[in-house]
Amino acid sequence: MTKSELIARLAARFPQLVAKDADLAVKVVLDAMTAALSRNDRIEIRGFGSFALNYRPPRVGRNPKSGEKVNVPAKHVPHFKAGKELRERVDLNGEA
Amino acid sequence: MTLTKAELADLLFEKVGLNKREAKDMVEAFFDEIRIALEGGDSVKLSGFGNFQLRDKPQRPGRNPKTGEEIPITARRVVTFHASQKLKLAVETLDHANAAQ
Repeated sequence: MTKSELIARLAARFPQLVAKDADLAVKVVLDAMTAALSRNDRIEIRGFGSFALNYRPPRVGRNPKSGEKVNVPAKHVPHFKAGKELRERVDLNGEA
Repeated sequence: MTLTKAELADLLFEKVGLNKREAKDMVEAFFDEIRIALEGGDSVKLSGFGNFQLRDKPQRPGRNPKTGEEIPITARRVVTFHASQKLKLAVETLDHANAAQ
């Protein structure tokens, strides 16, 4: 499912809204999630999961081609942890 | 501060002009549709944000950390999230002096 398919499915679920609203809603939600993470805020969606940042300390890496050492600065990377309900519903062997 | 469904609904009320009821329902529907796709074995690609993918993991040996007893971890399907380049860049540029741990 792509973003445009998601928008189409949401539009179909809300026939009283104009199609543009579903489009804008998806944009507002994704922008808010990106903004939260870039402030290092957590995102917690009951039944779905949580997003947070993981810290990666600085390290000395190597250019695999030249073998040269390069300093890799510290950074944060986004991390998603599926919630219990999503985990169980996705798992084929999970209890229904 | 933690972003939750309630804050997302407030934003839909303010920025999209949905009424409170619709805003709350829209947030529920947003995550519900993603969950339905994943449940059906379909991956979800939200350009500019990231991809939710499914991985089938085979059974592997595990251990009860308390008793040391060996028990197999059953085969399972799990959801993984891969942030888009755009999202990675947005969070990488955090002020590390203040934000580190």
